[in-house]
Amino acid sequence: MKHGIGLPVYPGVAMGKPLVYRKPEAASSDVGTPEAEALKFHRACQEAKNQLSALAKIAREGLGGEQAEILEVQVLMLEDGELLEGVEAAIASGASAAEAVQQQGEAMAQDMAALDDDYLRGRAADIRDAAARVTGILRGSGTFSFPEGKFLLLAEDLAPSETVRLPRDRVLGLVTRQGSANSHTAILARTLNIPTLVQADMDLKDGENAKILAIDASCGEWFLDPDEETLARLKEKQSSLNHQQTGLDAYRDRETVTASGRKIQLFANVGSAEDVAEAQAVGAEGIGLYRSEFLYLGREKLPSEEELFEAYRTAAERMKGRSVIIRTLDIGADKQASYLNLPAEENPALGLRGLRLCLAHPELFLPQLRAIYRASAYGNLSLMFPMVTSLWELQEAKRLCTQVCLELEDDGVAYREIPIGIMIETPAAALEAREFAKEADFLSVGTNDLTQYTLAQDRQNAALERFFDPCHPALLKLLRSIAEAAGQAGIWAGICGELAGDATLAGMFLDMGYRELSMAPGRILEVRKTICEREETP
Amino acid sequence: MKTVTHVIADPLGLHARPAGLLVKLAAGFESAIVVTTSTGTADAKRIMALMRLGAQKGTLLTVTCSGPDEDAAAEAVRRFLTDHL
Repeated sequence: MKHGIGLPVYPGVAMGKPLVYRKPEAASSDVGTPEAEALKFHRACQEAKNQLSALAKIAREGLGGEQAEILEVQVLMLEDGELLEGVEAAIASGASAAEAVQQQGEAMAQDMAALDDDYLRGRAADIRDAAARVTGILRGSGTFSFPEGKFLLLAEDLAPSETVRLPRDRVLGLVTRQGSANSHTAILARTLNIPTLVQADMDLKDGENAKILAIDASCGEWFLDPDEETLARLKEKQSSLNHQQTGLDAYRDRETVTASGRKIQLFANVGSAEDVAEAQAVGAEGIGLYRSEFLYLGREKLPSEEELFEAYRTAAERMKGRSVIIRTLDIGADKQASYLNLPAEENPALGLRGLRLCLAHPELFLPQLRAIYRASAYGNLSLMFPMVTSLWELQEAKRLCTQVCLELEDDGVAYREIPIGIMIETPAAALEAREFAKEADFLSVGTNDLTQYTLAQDRQNAALERFFDPCHPALLKLLRSIAEAAGQAGIWAGICGELAGDATLAGMFLDMGYRELSMAPGRILEVRKTICEREETP
Repeated sequence: MKTVTHVIADPLGLHARPAGLLVKLAAGFESAIVVTTSTGTADAKRIMALMRLGAQKGTLLTVTCSGPDEDAAAEAVRRFLTDHL
């Protein structure tokens, strides 16, 4: 038996077969024969060219000219003799296809970057980008496949693009060596309700060799091949935890009302069709945050308007008249879709992300808005924009909504006028909440980003754990003033960050004047129980 | 062997877009098509080599075509240079 500790981010006990997730690039250790690698390269190269051509076509129809040309030039770069010969030579001398492309691309980019011409130096980025697309395909083409059956997943760390590929119904628990209480792994864990440890002091090799992994994520311990005594103790704990869960089941289809009759809406945050089903199962009163970017991540090309429409319509229909708030594309920062080929940013958290990205790329934004409005005819939808900083951004986005509605009208397509709200995630928006409340139909506070921007703390940085304070007085002050601003304007305010799912804070939010809390589906019953049992002095 | 000469009039020089178009055009011919400037020589079927010439406005390009379809190639190149550069 091996034993160690980790930081628990979702409580509970889990045991089962360990499965070590290796980032696909680690697969380069088993390089095929030069012939096999060359074949892999040519296939990936062709795939990359197809992607680029498709993107160029989209760019030409949307923004036109320049962007499309850059993409077309990248296609030619991938057909360039120098690149092909260099890659073939490297493969012949034993490199893997991915290594070969990366090296040759980098060498050619450096040649370009050394030229005495600004324009040509700029093309160095294009060759790097084109090469990165090919290596991305080679590495991502999933040498990693999940075996049959249920397992506990062990990983160094998980990126959002990886978490969306997990077979969620088969993951019993998560253990990562890195990550923090606010990382994507942690958010995933809370969404899926699975016991999870981050920052675990486990050697992944040991995990690979073990038959059974047990974790007690209530006290932050892990055991590889536990002895019988430990296993029996954990099993008992697991069943008593399940018992508590059964107590919560009584709150499944109840209204969320305090003893003195104050009501609050408990909504669910969802990031996939499975989450919608989960939200229904726990009796969520609506969906307060439909993370639409998950339809864009973990795939190779842009989803079509039709695909988006189908997804939104399904959510609207499934929730049967209950509110579904779709947050428009929130990509950028730590959530990247490689096929969009967005230039790397020095400081992505402060970069072109959220609504900013959408306003800068109407060719991405308009099809999404169209899909949302088309789906609005099938249920109770609302729209919500992420990462708003200035009032004009909201006004411009609303103008685009009007434009989309007029187009639908012209095309004779059914739609409804739907509420348009914003997420309050930047300190600027929080301080200007009163002005935003005049333009928006509701305000929903995204506490994850609002915390990171207000406290100037990167939420993915594990080293900041000690400094991180989700109840920092500055934040509470902002939260209070946002709720007040909404109240004065006669609109509702809600919270849809991770904080909303903390049962110990629910009473405080209620007192501040929040009327909606949106959280991971798995948190709803506990928060509802806390609110219903709340003693209040009227 | 056929030779075409041209002085670049495009203010941006032989940048990515015309280089890309020239590569596509050259790929349609069997003949070897070589572009020479005062700084070097590049195979017109290779975009990286063409761009690395760094040919600016005012640069003299000498293009030689040699092969079974060199007449047609030279004519196409001549027309291309006049239209695009």
